[in-house]
Amino acid sequence: MEKFTRLDGLVVPLDRANVDTDAIIPKQFLKSIRRSGFGPNLFDEWRYRDVGEPGKDSSQRPRNPDFVLNQPRYQGAQILLTRQNFGCGSSREHAPWALLDYGLRAVIAESFADIFYNNCFKNGILPVVLPADAIDSLFALVEATVGCRLVVDLERQRVCRPDGQTLPFEVDPFRRDCLLNGYDDIGLSLRHAELIRAFEERRRREQPWLFVDAFPARGT
Amino acid sequence: MPQTLYEKLWQDHVVHQEADGTALVYIDRHLVHEVTSPQAFEGLKLAGRKPWRASSIVATADHNTPTDHWDRGIEDPVSRLQIETLDANIREVGALAYFPFKDPRQGIVHVVSPESGATLPGMSVVCGDSHTSTHGAFACMAHGIGTSEVEHVLATQCLLQKKSKTMLVRVEGILGRGVTAKDVALAIIGRIGTAGGSGFAIEFAGSAIRGLSMEGRMTLCNMAIEAGARLGLIAVDEVTIDYLRGRPFAPTGDMWERAVACWRRLHSDAGAEFDCVLEMQAADIRPQVTWGTSPEMVVAVDSRVPDPAGESDPLRRQGMERALHYMGLQPNLAIRDIRLDKIFIGSCTNSRIEDLRAAAAIVRGRKLASNIRLALVVPGSGLVKQQAESEGLHEIFRAAGFEWREPGCSMCLAMNADRLEPGERCASTSNRNFEGRQGAGGRTHLVSPEMAAAAAIAGHFCDVSEWA
Repeated sequence: MEKFTRLDGLVVPLDRANVDTDAIIPKQFLKSIRRSGFGPNLFDEWRYRDVGEPGKDSSQRPRNPDFVLNQPRYQGAQILLTRQNFGCGSSREHAPWALLDYGLRAVIAESFADIFYNNCFKNGILPVVLPADAIDSLFALVEATVGCRLVVDLERQRVCRPDGQTLPFEVDPFRRDCLLNGYDDIGLSLRHAELIRAFEERRRREQPWLFVDAFPARGT
Repeated sequence: MPQTLYEKLWQDHVVHQEADGTALVYIDRHLVHEVTSPQAFEGLKLAGRKPWRASSIVATADHNTPTDHWDRGIEDPVSRLQIETLDANIREVGALAYFPFKDPRQGIVHVVSPESGATLPGMSVVCGDSHTSTHGAFACMAHGIGTSEVEHVLATQCLLQKKSKTMLVRVEGILGRGVTAKDVALAIIGRIGTAGGSGFAIEFAGSAIRGLSMEGRMTLCNMAIEAGARLGLIAVDEVTIDYLRGRPFAPTGDMWERAVACWRRLHSDAGAEFDCVLEMQAADIRPQVTWGTSPEMVVAVDSRVPDPAGESDPLRRQGMERALHYMGLQPNLAIRDIRLDKIFIGSCTNSRIEDLRAAAAIVRGRKLASNIRLALVVPGSGLVKQQAESEGLHEIFRAAGFEWREPGCSMCLAMNADRLEPGERCASTSNRNFEGRQGAGGRTHLVSPEMAAAAAIAGHFCDVSEWA
């Protein structure tokens, strides 16, 4: 996983609450067996005027000029600014894969849905939670300033505005550490393999019915 | 100290804990389907790792599978590749059970696992699917995970987790005629919102919950995720134990007795403290219909589409206006005057035998309204389909003009050919009314199976309590 330490990037505002993962990446693109290539279909139904299908060349499709990602001033954005409960709904990790493939490395919101929040950390994307008034003022700032950039600093746990104001944010120390170092968390967990094995053996003794090993012969 | 059910389950699964509270939690049951697993198996292989305990896996193909013309196989080549990839991965790593496309026991993963007894009380259950909360109906610590976590569980049999906060939702009293577990779920979501349960494990309790069948309890816990809670939980009681007795993977003989003794402690202790408590009266819950593009946009069937003008919060007002525009609805329209084009009875929320029986009871001897272009009944699994056919339910649906299909996720998320066309309006027993969920431009109203059946006959929503 790519590290995340400090990002100085252009911000794109998506002024909606409860953006769900079906909107982030519609279901027809979930048929892929790969982790990459989802970027052109990020927010597909809002971004294009036709219905997207896997394999369709998105560069030839009619765009919705009103949608923020299509506006010239936001091209090349690396930070998404949005409202509460971002990423609700389906657990599809294709949602963070699509954000990442598009080039977004940080999402700033008032709150996130739990599963999406988790999935971001597994993919080197930093989800930043800020209070409602800070989000409101960031929307005002970004809309008023063409080319508005923010610095998202994970090491110091703060977002820096161009006017010098800083907005502190919280993040779990363990997750922060993983993201700062780009750790493979499977590797980290496997350091505890002996503990897992001992736990499993005890559980097997105490609740053997949890460890059925083959489909029983008895009829269904 | 008295403990909540969630605290007992948590404590029972922690292998190791980091200083900041992040815990390595053991996983008893890993459910796998074709959409969220291929990249996980690939990652495992690329890293040169082996699955830790393949016998924890129960796998099935459900999201992409067609629901008709099974003789033709899977015609969409992209879907076919995904399902063939699951076949190959399971062939390679093994599983406790695999129900591939066309297997008589194939079906929606959250229907198949409980009916085979692969979901047992006290288990931790995960799946790359947010509706894994369904299994909380059996007092399991069950929740959806992403694909990286699927790989993590394959490799380590564990997940990295932070303990959730606890919420108790207590519903007391007796549900009225035509009011189902689905209506309870929607009423709760309407009350707390789709983010109301974020960060919480919700335990559902009270006499109205104890009065639900296992099917109803699964419907309710299934929808916990739509309230933002990854976990929904219900304590073990006789209903749970009766449901499990004799299921293929349930223990037998002395082992059954030992297991049952262990399961009986799976409830919140008297005096256990929750971080948040919500009390509701069953008698206040009416049959529910969603009007917007989020499950929290829901009202009782005998009310009207809300008017954004009455909403003081500008962000919420904007959200309501956008939803009404997408749904093609005017404020203050009576819910009963909403006319439908399609009907979908199915999904991991409402496709179990009891759901089909309830819908069939409404449909029996009646015909679809002339404005209904398509009405689908998609059983949750091959075994549910078999059972329904043995009771003659398929004949009742067909005689009314419904299509009786093969099992799968179908039009809940429209990854297969079953979908809404732009502008089409559907009464659906599924769980999400998001924009485009059932097909680009499609308009979804979430309802119970009884309501969907009544709407199919009337052609518009109607107070199903008058039909029941």
